[in-house]
Amino acid sequence: MSDSDSSFTLDGRIIAFAPGQTILAAATAAGVYIPHLCAHPDFPPHGSCKLCTVTVNGRDGSACTIQAAPGQEVRSDTPELHEIRRVLLQMLFVEGNHFCPGCEKSGRCKLQALAYEIEMLSPHFVQFFPHREIDASHPEFFLDFNRCIMCELCVRASRDVDGKNIFALAGRGRESHIIVNSPSGKLGDTDFAATDKAAEVCPVGAILRKEIGFATPIGARLYDHAPISRVDLAGQEK
Amino acid sequence: MTEIESALDPILAKYHRDPTALLQILRDAQDLSGWISPEIRAAAASALAIAPTRIDSLTRFYAHLYDAPRGKYRILFSDNITDRMAGSVALMELMLKKLKLERGKLSADGLVSIDFTSCTGMCDQGPALLVNNLPATRLTARRIDEICGLIRAGAPLDQWPAEFFQVEDHIRRADLLLGAPKKRGEAIRAALALGAQGFLDELEKSNLRGRGGAGFPTALKWRSCRDAPGEKRFVVCNADEGEPGTFKDRVLLQSFAATLFEGMALAALVTGAQKGFLYLRGEYSFLRAPLEATLAEMRRENLLGATIGGAKNFDFDIDIHMGAGAYVCGEETALIESLEGKPGRPRIRPPFPVTHGYLGFPTLVNNVETFCNAAAIATIGAAAYASRGTKQSTGTKILSVSGDCQRPGLYEYPFGVTIAQVLEDCGAPDVGAVQVGGAAGNCLIPEEFGRRIAFEDQPTAGAFMVFANRRDPIEAARNFAHFFAHESCGFCTPCRVGTSLVAGMIDKIAAGHGAQYEFLDLKRLHDILRASSHCGLGQAAMLALGDMMQKFKPAFERRLITRDFEPDFDLDAALARARELAGRDDAAAHLGEDI
Repeated sequence: MSDSDSSFTLDGRIIAFAPGQTILAAATAAGVYIPHLCAHPDFPPHGSCKLCTVTVNGRDGSACTIQAAPGQEVRSDTPELHEIRRVLLQMLFVEGNHFCPGCEKSGRCKLQALAYEIEMLSPHFVQFFPHREIDASHPEFFLDFNRCIMCELCVRASRDVDGKNIFALAGRGRESHIIVNSPSGKLGDTDFAATDKAAEVCPVGAILRKEIGFATPIGARLYDHAPISRVDLAGQEK
Repeated sequence: MTEIESALDPILAKYHRDPTALLQILRDAQDLSGWISPEIRAAAASALAIAPTRIDSLTRFYAHLYDAPRGKYRILFSDNITDRMAGSVALMELMLKKLKLERGKLSADGLVSIDFTSCTGMCDQGPALLVNNLPATRLTARRIDEICGLIRAGAPLDQWPAEFFQVEDHIRRADLLLGAPKKRGEAIRAALALGAQGFLDELEKSNLRGRGGAGFPTALKWRSCRDAPGEKRFVVCNADEGEPGTFKDRVLLQSFAATLFEGMALAALVTGAQKGFLYLRGEYSFLRAPLEATLAEMRRENLLGATIGGAKNFDFDIDIHMGAGAYVCGEETALIESLEGKPGRPRIRPPFPVTHGYLGFPTLVNNVETFCNAAAIATIGAAAYASRGTKQSTGTKILSVSGDCQRPGLYEYPFGVTIAQVLEDCGAPDVGAVQVGGAAGNCLIPEEFGRRIAFEDQPTAGAFMVFANRRDPIEAARNFAHFFAHESCGFCTPCRVGTSLVAGMIDKIAAGHGAQYEFLDLKRLHDILRASSHCGLGQAAMLALGDMMQKFKPAFERRLITRDFEPDFDLDAALARARELAGRDDAAAHLGEDI
């Protein structure tokens, strides 16, 4: 097989791929960062956040869902695509209630880290200020839905890895929200546990450990040392 | 067994306790008490051995499933722009006033609730409403008065005057499909004479393209489904006619159902599918019983069921599957999700349904009109069929004409007809704009009325809404923007958040508070939604608005303030509560323009 049978170009750079790999997976393996939030190497493509929007042979699409194919011409690092990503981030910020300075996840939050990476200087749009509940019923975790970005990683992890099916996405449009599968609708009435995959996948501060707060001071956290584009490529996605 | 359990039992039994039928089960269960009560939720979840959240994810997704009581009479006013132009807003206000109600709130006695719903497909006979899923058409102040009386008296719907629920076909121009109904069985017999491959060849020669709007070659789709590996195959008819301004499928379903079912049987003959679904939008629930009757007749006539037309190995039957108020289910992968008893969120494509569809099996999804055309091709042959229309768009197209014209209704033309011709035929002399293809379509202005309805010029799924010169394009833009914000499934960021942002900006402009700032933001969002949305809903959500902003720029600019920007926070409105407490509403209690 010649190189061109198993490679595509990403912003002019030749990227090799294995059969079945998505553009995002191949790029990550080759050490090229494409911004993303809902994609996770341990889960099948989802394609909801749209941060990884790239231009493939002139058409826009999600790098996390499009299969890599020989000879594809992929563009990611363009002003137009950065503009799309910046606006999508602004949408996520105004849709929820994201107050970074008071959030325990600050410095480890992918949403925040991407906003720095893509140079989002303000939320720009009208804030929705939704009313969302906090669920503190579980002894070890609390859920702060104010920060949820509907990536469904917890839904997928609990269903596909933990086999517990604790979370689900309900509602539609801006009324979309995560619900907890228990008679009371509370996390405390589920068998959610610290060892669950779902307990570690939240990219933002919607699922947080109780009792451990600010153990690592702000300024010394994951994305405080290096931008998300470098941290995630180094495989420190935790 | 509790009372609820025993009431639920026959419903669960009807659907073989299959969680795939969850949406159907919940629709039927809702008829027990008008809503999905916690008792129904718990009983259904336990009987089906599913998480109760699966029920919640449906009741909170489908607009016509309720997790709170909605009253003995659930009134939903159709909220298409054509209903509004015919006075629906004033009629709803009249009804709210007469029944002393607030929109969206259940009356204290639990009798009635009144709200809006997306276009119910009665645009040629609006304003319209649904009462417990039954359409009431041609509303007037007098009729609203009568309806209020019947509600107050607690009269059951079958005792309401039948003319309230009269739904007219309004066929104004007939060609191949809308002429006299074909002799039943003719299409199936003709196709059987050709054989499966022979008919597929005929279909290919006809150059039939999908009537859902995208215009994909039908023969290619049928062949792809036939050739896809899979133990079994399914044929699905998309009768989720939710595009605002479209109602031609309603007439085909009401008056030409046998032709449609024959078309589906032809697809089964070609693909080898043994099972078909008609996905019928919830708003067309009133068509279900007559459709079931037609299916039963066709089974008796050996046009459905085992060995159709006496042909060995030609076994095919059709189930009707009801939607429950979700426009996005018109997208074929969302429709399949809904068929599987899930919220209608579009899947990642590829794979396409022809290889991975219902339950992962190869599935053919076509529009109602496409199947009817396939049946017509079997009957008259590809050559006669392709002699109509244009080279790239053969056959006819049914247009659903509504809005400011003298003769709204269905107009079936060979492809290639000009917008101007349609306007002349429907009696629309003083036209400012035509919205072709529904809310997700294009807005055309007089200098474009020479354009032709055809895939190669102005494609359309069939909506044709006429706006007189006196109409305000911003009102139509607002109506469409709120429609998309309401119907966005919420899966992807640009559509979930973007459609709401757009609705807010248009409201601001309409209220006289918008500046160039909003105008430019809307243009930016137009490009971003089209580029990054997950499915056609988000990609097309700003198409019409983009057209209107470009073609009616002065109308928008007249509404924009001259300042660079005005904040969204309205200081004067924020003082409303204080004024209320102080019992004041005089000029001095309001902030002036200079603030």
